[in-house]
Amino acid sequence: MPHSFSRVMSLTSRAQIVNRLINLFVHHFLRLLWHFLHLLVSLWYLQVCLVETTESYLISTRLLKDYKALDISKVQYLAIVIDSEDARQISKVLQLLKWLAVVGVKHLCLYDSIGVLKTYKQIIIEKLNNAVLFEELVEKGLPMDSEKMSLEFASISDGKEAIARAANLLFMKHLKLSKSGVEQKELVFTEPEMDLALKALGYRGPEPDLMLVYGPVRCHLGFSPWRLRYTEIAHMGPLKSMKYGSLIKAIYKFTTVRQNYGS
Amino acid sequence: MELFTGETPSVLGIMGRFIRKRLFNILSQGPIPSHIAFILDGNRRFARKNKLQEGDGYKAGFLSLLSSLTYCYELGVKYATVYAFSIDNFRRRPSEVQYVMDLMLEKIKMIMKEESTLNSYGVGVRFKGNIKLLSEPLQIAVEKVMKATAHNSRFLLYICVAYTSTDEIVHAVEESCKENLNSTDQQELEKANGTANSVIPAEKMKPFSDIKLVELERNFYITQDVDVLIRSSGEKRLSNFLLWQATHCILYSPTALWPELGFWHIVRAVVDFQRHHSYFDKKKKQL
Repeated sequence: MPHSFSRVMSLTSRAQIVNRLINLFVHHFLRLLWHFLHLLVSLWYLQVCLVETTESYLISTRLLKDYKALDISKVQYLAIVIDSEDARQISKVLQLLKWLAVVGVKHLCLYDSIGVLKTYKQIIIEKLNNAVLFEELVEKGLPMDSEKMSLEFASISDGKEAIARAANLLFMKHLKLSKSGVEQKELVFTEPEMDLALKALGYRGPEPDLMLVYGPVRCHLGFSPWRLRYTEIAHMGPLKSMKYGSLIKAIYKFTTVRQNYGS
Repeated sequence: MELFTGETPSVLGIMGRFIRKRLFNILSQGPIPSHIAFILDGNRRFARKNKLQEGDGYKAGFLSLLSSLTYCYELGVKYATVYAFSIDNFRRRPSEVQYVMDLMLEKIKMIMKEESTLNSYGVGVRFKGNIKLLSEPLQIAVEKVMKATAHNSRFLLYICVAYTSTDEIVHAVEESCKENLNSTDQQELEKANGTANSVIPAEKMKPFSDIKLVELERNFYITQDVDVLIRSSGEKRLSNFLLWQATHCILYSPTALWPELGFWHIVRAVVDFQRHHSYFDKKKKQL
C-alpha cells in the first residue's frame, strides 16, 4: 500500500513539474510573440515616417501643387504644444516660430506642461523681430495687432489650476451676494460666468482653432480644458525632426475641415 | 457581442472569439489601458455612403458599439466611456433628436431584459451628464438601469448623454461650492451647540476654505483619467468630450466611420498605448 501511494505521489509531482514547465514555456513564448508584434509595428511606423519625410520634402520644394495656395486667415489662433524635454531645444523652437511667421500665422500660444517655454519667453521675444507678448497686450488693454505676432506662453498651471481659482472666485462672489441680502436662488453657475471669472483672473487667451503637438504622441498634455472644445489637434512628431513641409500640410488640412459643432 | 445581446454565438463567432482571445493573450503581455473612451462619429455619413435611411446608420453604429465594448471587456479594460449624445446635438433637427432619444430608450429596455447576463459578467452601466435635460421616460429608464447594475464593478460602462466637458466643469464647481457651504454650516452648527472640535480653537476655524483641485475633480461626472480616446471618421477634435480627463491620453483618430470601426482598430489603439506607456508614466510623475 505505501509503495503504490508513493508511486501515485511521484506521478502527481512529475505531472505538476511538467505543468509548470509548460506554463513557463507558454508564458515566454507569448512574451516573444508580443515583442515580435511590437517589432512589426515599429517597422510599419518607420515606413510611414519615410513616406512623410519624402512628402514633406516635395511640399517644401513646391513640387506638390495642392499645398501652394494656403488660406492662412482660417487659422485665427494657433496653439503649439511641445513636450517639455523637447522645449529645451530653444533653437528649434525659434526656427519653428520663424517658419510660422513666414506662413503668416499672427497669433499663437506656446505651451509645454512644466513651463520650460515660459522661462525662455524674453529670449524668444528678443530673437524674433516682430513679436509681442500676449500678456502685455492684455495688461495694456490693446487690441490684437495684425502687424505684430502675439505670443502667449502657457503651462499646466494655466489649465486645471486656473479653473480651480476661477471656481473660488465664483464662490466668493456668491457669498458676497448672499451676505449683501440679495435674494439668491439655488447655487447655479453658467459657462459665460465661468468665462468671466477666468478673464477676471487674467486668463484671456481665446480658444485655438488648431493645435500642433510636437512630441512622441498625439496628446494635449494638459492644455487648458476650458479652451479646447472644438480645437483641431494635429500630431507633428518630435520637435527634433520637425519639417517645414509637414507644417504646411497640417495647416492646409485644417483649412479643408468643415465642422458642424454638434448640430 | 453576445455578452450584451444575449444571443447564442454562431460557429464563425466562436472561431472568431478563439482567435481574438489568443491575440489578446499576446497583447496582455504588455500593459492594458484601464480606461478607453469612444466618440461615435460618422453614423449619418455611413448611412449616406451606403444609401441607407439615416436611422439605419445609428442602428449600425449601435452594433459596432456592442462589438467594441465586448473587445474591451475581453481584453481586461476596466472602464469604457462612450459619447452617446452631446448637449450640442440638441441643436440638430427635432425629428433626428427624437429618433436618437427613442433609439436610446429602446436599447435601454433591451439592456434591462439582459440584466441577469450583465450581472453575471459584472458589467455596471452608468449614465453621465446633465440627465435632467432628457425626457422623463428616458430619465426613469436611465435610473432603472443604473440601479439594476449598481453592484457590478468588473467592467464599468459610462454612457455620456446630454454631456459636454464645459458643462461638467461648471457642474463640478457648483457641487464643490455646495459641499463647502454645507461643511461650513455644519461647523457653525457645532459651534453654536458647543459640540465643536475642542482641539481647534473657535477663532481659528476659517469661515470658508478654498476649493481645492482634488475636491473639484471628485465632483466630475467621470472621475477616472482616460488612457486612450478613439474618435472615428478621422476627425481631429474632441468636440467638448473628456477634455479634463484626457491630460495624459492617446488621441487616436482612425478614418473609419463609426459603424466600420472594428477589432483591428482596438488592437492598434492598445498597441499604441503600450508603445507610449512609459512616456505617460514619466509625465504623470513630473506633475
